[in-house]
Amino acid sequence: MAYALQQLINGLTLGAMYGLIAIGYTMVYGIIGMINFAHGDIFMVSAFIAVTAFTILAAADVTSIPLALTFVLIVSIFFTSAYGWAVERTAYRPLRGSTRLAPLISAIGVSIFLQNSVQLTQGARVKPIPPVLEGGIVLWDAPGFTVQIGWSQMLIIVTTVILMSAFTWMITQTPFGRQQRACEQDRTMASLLGVNVDRTISYTFMLGAALAAVAGVMVTVYYGVVDFFIGFLAGIKAFTAAVLGGIGSLPGAMLGGLLIGLIESFWAAYLWAEYKDVATFGILCLVLMLRPSGLLGRPEVEKV
Amino acid sequence: MSKTPTSTLLSVRNLTMRFGGLTAIDDLSLEVPAGRITGIIGPNGAGKTTLFNCLTGFYKPTTGTLRLAHPTRGEMRLEALPSHRVARDAQVVRTFQNIRLFPKMTVLENLIVAQHNVLQRASKFSIAGLFKLPGYRQAEREAIERDDAMWLQRLKLEHLADDAAGDLPYGIQRRIEIGRALCVDPVLLCLDEPAAGLNPRESAELNELLLYLCGEMGIAILLIEHDMSVVMNVSDHIGVISYGRKIAEGTPEHVKHDPQVIKAYLGEDEEEEVTGGATA
Repeated sequence: MAYALQQLINGLTLGAMYGLIAIGYTMVYGIIGMINFAHGDIFMVSAFIAVTAFTILAAADVTSIPLALTFVLIVSIFFTSAYGWAVERTAYRPLRGSTRLAPLISAIGVSIFLQNSVQLTQGARVKPIPPVLEGGIVLWDAPGFTVQIGWSQMLIIVTTVILMSAFTWMITQTPFGRQQRACEQDRTMASLLGVNVDRTISYTFMLGAALAAVAGVMVTVYYGVVDFFIGFLAGIKAFTAAVLGGIGSLPGAMLGGLLIGLIESFWAAYLWAEYKDVATFGILCLVLMLRPSGLLGRPEVEKV
Repeated sequence: MSKTPTSTLLSVRNLTMRFGGLTAIDDLSLEVPAGRITGIIGPNGAGKTTLFNCLTGFYKPTTGTLRLAHPTRGEMRLEALPSHRVARDAQVVRTFQNIRLFPKMTVLENLIVAQHNVLQRASKFSIAGLFKLPGYRQAEREAIERDDAMWLQRLKLEHLADDAAGDLPYGIQRRIEIGRALCVDPVLLCLDEPAAGLNPRESAELNELLLYLCGEMGIAILLIEHDMSVVMNVSDHIGVISYGRKIAEGTPEHVKHDPQVIKAYLGEDEEEEVTGGATA
């Protein structure tokens, strides 16, 4: 029982991070109908930016943890959004209006480019940072097993909840959200009504990258290590989460992220830890075969 | 209909649009007067919708110019503007033959999207709007109260304001589409077959609306329509296009009896239908 509770906490933490990354996939898919396979690597870049920012802070002898975290978050969000913007501008926008496959291939190219450039500039070795948030609260001291929620886990879950609420509000209530939804439902018509579609798409990429940046900072704090290859697996799992929830649906991405996180951590705890990735991708296959529109997605209706 | 002459709002000069080997519009020239309803008729495939697509920045014309004499902002070249600026800066807006609402938004939201220019200007830049600063909220409220509420009422859509647009019946969706176009605050409204699929009572209401928009609001209207009861009754001036060329132009009365038009429309012997077609 205590063990299961601990897995629940671990799963929620993991799921929150997948959810944050999955939103980037689902938003971009919603607005331009393309899977941005470089999104996982944008996340990886943000983790490296976080490591760099932490290193700078350590060199400057900053010891206040809240201050350090705020600084790192701001820096990482800023630079990662710039990456998101630049990738869209250089690799996808010129291909808009060509075949659907072209930006997909371009995305894979960007992914390889980001991985290799980070590998070349930062080295292929795992980069550790000194522990930032240690310890936590003991929830339940059961005989033989102690259930604990770490400060970093709490930080991840709380930040994710706040961000998701803010995000939902933004999409449903603000004029940017309205333009975003308009572009999603009919890009041409939105443009004919005066919505600057290119700019809306740019902002969408930047927002997706900003959320990935938050996830990147959290991963760095949680695991304490990053390497140039983390984007691949995290990206594909978040993509699975987006597909499971229904690609194009924001609540779907959040739900999918949580489910994938929980499944992964329970699978690893009770079945075979070494096959946890197999479980995730098995789900991807099952969803694609049995319910391609996902849990909260709507079936594709042919436009007349 | 004898109205006093007015200035030209839009002048289309030598417009040609080719798609590979197909010439959809061939050296077309046309004048659209300010504050009038100009009808465009012609057989299917004549190039009417292509003309609209060129007007709204959807296609780049192969050759030719589209000059808009904007009443307050000076002359604009529509063929050189990206489509969002055609709506935003030139205030030219169109509707589609097949309705294109944002189906998952409410009726009110559909209208507000069209108004975002006004809102954006009020909020100075989108960041203020993003965070809904007080100045923006004020502007949004005013815009909703002033324009949206007026159009909702005028188009008898008030009770549907919070319904998802995609779930409403066809005739109502047509009205929403026109209402949304009006929220752009257009100087030129291009309607692509607005009467398609409407029953006779709805067509009559449409006539009334068009005359009101033109007469009371001073909006110039460019109207593509197959329903003769609409075109012939409301247009001040009609241009007839066939195979991408203008074959006739003039008052409804004149066009109705033009032998070229009768030939293009109905073949040689069916004059009956053009004159009598109004009620068919």
